[in-house]
Amino acid sequence: MAECHPVGFQWVMEAKARGATVIHVDPRFTRTSALADLHVPLRAGTDIAFLGGIVNYVLANEKYFHDYVVHYTNAASIVTEDYAGPADMDGFFSGFDAEKRHYDFHTWQYEGAEVQAASGERDLEYPDRAGGDPPSGSGVRQAGRGEAHGSGGASSGQARTDPTLRHQRTVFQILKRHFADYTPEMVEQVCGVPPEKFLRVCEYLTENSGRERTSAFVYSVGWTQHTVGVQYIRTASILQTLLGNIGRPGGGILALRGHASIQGSTDIPTLFNLLPGYIPMPHAHANQDRAAFLAAEGTDKGYWANMGAYLTSLLKAWWGPAATPENDFCFDYLPRLTGSHSTYETVMAQTRRECVGYFLYGENPAVGSANAKLQRLGMAALDWLVVRDFSLIESATWWKDGPEIESGELSTREIATEVFFLPAAAHTEKDGSFTNTQRMLQWHHAAVEPEGDARSDLWFTYYLGKRIREKLTGSTDDRDRPLLDLTWDYPVHGPLDEPDADAVLAEINGADAQGNPLSSYEQLTDDGSTTCGCWIYCGVRAGGANQAARREPGDRQNWVANQWGWAWPANRRILYNRASADPDGRPWSARKALVWWDSDEQRWTGHDVADFAATKPPDYQPPSDAHGPAALAGTEPFVMQDDGKAWLFAPAGLVDGPLPAHYEPQDSPFENRLYPQQRNPVRQVLPFKGKHNRMQPSGAQPGTEVFPYVATTYRLTEHHTAGGMSRWQPYLAELQPEMFCEISPELAAQRGLTHLGWATIVTARAAIEARVLVTERMSPIAVQGRTLHQVGLPYHWGHNGYSTGDAANELAALSLDPNVHIQEVKAFACDIRPGRRPDAAGTAELVREYQRRAGITDETGTEI
Amino acid sequence: MKRWLNWPVLRQFASTDPSGRGAAAKSRTSANLSPRTADADRIVKSVCPYCAVGCGQNVYVRGERVTHIEGDPDSPVSRGRLCPKGSASLQLTTGPGREHRVLYRRPYGTDWEQLDLDTALDMIADRVIKARGEYWQWQQDDVRTRRTMGFASLGGATLDNEENYLIKKLFTALGAVQIENQARV
Amino acid sequence: MTDTASSTGSGHDPAAASGYPDHPPRMGFFTDTSVCIGCKACEVACKEWNLIPEDGLDLTGMSYDNTGGLSADTWRHVAFIEQRKPIGVQDPGLQHTGDVLAMAEQGAATPPADAAMNPTTPGQAGEFRWLMSSDVCKHCTHAACLDVCPTGSLFRTEFGTVVVQEDICNGCGYCIPACPYGVIDRREGDGRAWKCTLCYDRIGAGGEPACAKACPTESIQFGPLDQLRERARQRVEQLHGEGVADARLYGADPDDGVGGDGAFFLLLDEPEVYGLPPDPVVTTRDLPSMWRHVAAAAGTLVGMAAAAFTAAAFGKR
Repeated sequence: MAECHPVGFQWVMEAKARGATVIHVDPRFTRTSALADLHVPLRAGTDIAFLGGIVNYVLANEKYFHDYVVHYTNAASIVTEDYAGPADMDGFFSGFDAEKRHYDFHTWQYEGAEVQAASGERDLEYPDRAGGDPPSGSGVRQAGRGEAHGSGGASSGQARTDPTLRHQRTVFQILKRHFADYTPEMVEQVCGVPPEKFLRVCEYLTENSGRERTSAFVYSVGWTQHTVGVQYIRTASILQTLLGNIGRPGGGILALRGHASIQGSTDIPTLFNLLPGYIPMPHAHANQDRAAFLAAEGTDKGYWANMGAYLTSLLKAWWGPAATPENDFCFDYLPRLTGSHSTYETVMAQTRRECVGYFLYGENPAVGSANAKLQRLGMAALDWLVVRDFSLIESATWWKDGPEIESGELSTREIATEVFFLPAAAHTEKDGSFTNTQRMLQWHHAAVEPEGDARSDLWFTYYLGKRIREKLTGSTDDRDRPLLDLTWDYPVHGPLDEPDADAVLAEINGADAQGNPLSSYEQLTDDGSTTCGCWIYCGVRAGGANQAARREPGDRQNWVANQWGWAWPANRRILYNRASADPDGRPWSARKALVWWDSDEQRWTGHDVADFAATKPPDYQPPSDAHGPAALAGTEPFVMQDDGKAWLFAPAGLVDGPLPAHYEPQDSPFENRLYPQQRNPVRQVLPFKGKHNRMQPSGAQPGTEVFPYVATTYRLTEHHTAGGMSRWQPYLAELQPEMFCEISPELAAQRGLTHLGWATIVTARAAIEARVLVTERMSPIAVQGRTLHQVGLPYHWGHNGYSTGDAANELAALSLDPNVHIQEVKAFACDIRPGRRPDAAGTAELVREYQRRAGITDETGTEI
Repeated sequence: MKRWLNWPVLRQFASTDPSGRGAAAKSRTSANLSPRTADADRIVKSVCPYCAVGCGQNVYVRGERVTHIEGDPDSPVSRGRLCPKGSASLQLTTGPGREHRVLYRRPYGTDWEQLDLDTALDMIADRVIKARGEYWQWQQDDVRTRRTMGFASLGGATLDNEENYLIKKLFTALGAVQIENQARV
Repeated sequence: MTDTASSTGSGHDPAAASGYPDHPPRMGFFTDTSVCIGCKACEVACKEWNLIPEDGLDLTGMSYDNTGGLSADTWRHVAFIEQRKPIGVQDPGLQHTGDVLAMAEQGAATPPADAAMNPTTPGQAGEFRWLMSSDVCKHCTHAACLDVCPTGSLFRTEFGTVVVQEDICNGCGYCIPACPYGVIDRREGDGRAWKCTLCYDRIGAGGEPACAKACPTESIQFGPLDQLRERARQRVEQLHGEGVADARLYGADPDDGVGGDGAFFLLLDEPEVYGLPPDPVVTTRDLPSMWRHVAAAAGTLVGMAAAAFTAAAFGKR
């Protein structure tokens, strides 16, 4: 956090000054470790074992927050008797289909009730909930999708529960059994963390959690970039929920995101699988209409039961008067998914020439995405490429100076790709909002006009859309209707006829039938009388004023500071904060008060906006026929969930298991000590099989010894992601002037590497060179009786700009988390050798030599 | 002669600065020194474009040029502070690293050529229409898909919400599904 | 206290001794290195504000310090020191085996002989810390650079700080060897001497220096020196109470060889570890009297000023 979010770290320092204990768990000793009370180095890729060990400690020693767990989590829910976990199934959960490599999730459901997930793969339940046949054909059924099971909608009844938590099939008992193997000794074997140190972490954490105290977890992509990334975060969620640290001040799991509006890019997603506000993009199903989609993807209880209002208002925002009840509000205008269309599948489609055009809006995949070579080969197969950026990044110039040109693998004169470079406007040159890592929208105002041809992405997209619509005007082709019916007329201003960003925000916020701005998503309807471009952002222009532009100084507000910017939803600063009060609506403790029930006023009140129906009393019991939010009791704080509970066990939504289980990374020098199954059995590797994305042998397989070390990639304070916003700035470049790797003195001695000399790092994909920093901050760790050395690789560099170097992402494979399709770049086995790499052709030969030595084929590592 | 009276050495003997290294040595420039932000035409409220902490920035403008960027002390997030990257925002936005011209590389071309922005926009529009049409899929395996696989988009996460919104809206209406973002990476 | 040239009169009130009878409080920096996170925001903020040229690309191998030291083009410099010493209750429990000290010596950074910036100061195995410290011009109470400057370019401001006036500096370079800290330096291709001004322009308008403004963790604190000294004293006491016995102040003592620094530090080890001289002394303390020197300076000034006016007369106007 000190490394990548230094200004945010001021609050950690404030907490520390007030007595907080800061624990830093990281393979490397970083600038964060330097200020922490305890640094715990562990083997990269083993966090589930580490966190699972703490879960086991909490359960075995009864350190959980009992009242919170009983009332606010699904601990008491009883799971079907067909469920079986990896401890009894050789590392698999029940429902595994080896041929199709995916899980049927039905045995993970509650007994007597079917629930839908509030996020994740909601389409898994489509056949059950919407009826009809599953989509047929292998082409439709791709990685990451659940299998259909039966037909006809499953009824969502009341799950059986046992509030004593003693029933053997309660979530609580399943959890206990599941994590029982995650002992301190196992943590030592898997993670390389000595038991004394591990127990200190357990003690610090549990002593600081409960009714009077809360602890917070902070993570970044060190958790997401794994083949089990989602389950890393699930493990932390289980732990924090058991400890009663969710929805309470000083608690939570804080995803420290690394880009100015990466939260916004998820909320208003430029992501294939989502529509604005986390409404799923529809998958292709026979005879699917809006009602079928909503029945399948929405929940019965909680706020996702109102998905119809959110979706219909979105369709009305996009297609305006063209969206009518008669045409199902143009639901059919939405294109349909058939499996994963993530950026990595797209790259593969590019190499096969199944996708021939590509827009890069401020993104540099030739450096920043895993397997940088495949990224370039994909672009080299395109008909056209549009790059919008500040500078000539590597993704704009690979056709004349990329590594494949140097090696002769590609020849500039033979590359047909047309490349358009369009200069982009900076944040100082345009109006707009960023959503920061705490879900807060902040408006930035244009200070000056952009120079030359530079334009905002708003300008580009708006005028591109206008141009295409002009060219297609009068078309009678049905496929052009969504484009021609689109509401696409925004006011413009200034010398460049810049579209008015505030008008776009107004559309996002939504309006009633008279065009008046809405102030809350509670006002949205499914009858077409409201518009709203993103339901969770509804209220950001409440009263017609841009709430994101509010700047009441922090020192004139209380500690919640909710008069600065606007946080979704409804300007709430802490989600699920009903859980900060006990079932009766009183704060669990005076010092941790956040929101509470005011019985005089008969409403929720407090420091923050309550994340609960404002007038629903704590003793509210829903009538049996209640639906949506009204179906949740006054004691059910997790209002997006189908059962109002925090899920210790996820009966739906995940494709790789209802509970986290430790699996080794795709390329690992160690065997899985917890289960016979080495890797996540449903990780996504098959679509990427091939000579440019070869995997390595792992565990006990022959050839594993060729790649005996573990590499992990990361950022430095002085640079920004793939370097497009830092390598061109002399003031930043001079602070970290070139690519380097970090290794321990022991590894230096073992491999003959010298400080400030050169090293070549090799995987089955590539070899890169880096200057060597020998430092005791990289500590060898003892794992399974041997010493493991880890190699630290900052990933900022490429060969353009002022500060240059090889890109760490050349080394990484396309092996993805199956839930969210994010690549595993935080832990992969490698070799390191002294000296610079050969020229590009020689490097290719070096990699082939390693592949031969390790016996690597296209099949290696792609087994279950 | 008035200038001579301001001459440091004379001031030294005439003033209370026996050292001659203080008030007496102060040059005219030093005496008239003021921060370059003092004469800004306006101070524009902004947000740091790097990580997701969302630090407040004050952007100083004079003569329609940004003259300085620093932390906004009012922000309850950052309290006026910035990290090295945020502190380098002036260099990011006004430095020599930025390219301000449209550049075009034709098929099989060996170098960039310059292109008029309007022409570029028109050419791109034509290419979108063509790729969209050639890779259009009304259905796959007999199930309606109503989409094109012909083009894709990958955005960085420094895009504004309003920009993401228009990108998603336009490309979805065009039938594209391969719309992606750094948030996946 | 040394009897130095400029200590005549009120040595503890340099502004008063420099012709500012109604001066504002003496302003300075307190750099508390115990909360520095090594982000280098100070380096960049300083450069952006003062429009300082970049320093060139050089991977030094001195931990994360690729700046190397203060210079004409670097007025804030963050040192990084990797050491085998515990910090507070910190215990990373690193499992180094074998003769790693020897390995480290062979491989890591500066040889121990150059201990000033040595990242691997030997200590007990199993304990480790990473110190970071942002260095800056000390704005000495008795500033030798000021004493030797023949042109009056270096001058004492009403805030008690020491500033180079670039409109006057002729690049003679006398100040460079005079500085006991090696701070001031001539800029290549420009020839004039440059160093931290404590953002004279900003503080003159009631602002704070760019580095202190940017510092995320308040490691760099700006304010009236007497307040900073009191705060620093309390901070050291607090750290001692928490078991950080190494905490000590550097440059806060008005009785040291430079009469105390306007920019002083809380360090967690010996000054040498951070590349700071352990016992800096104003290099001009042996001058018999300031007056002889000032007379020489005045003579030079008269000549220079005359030359300047002549040049102006033949200039554009």
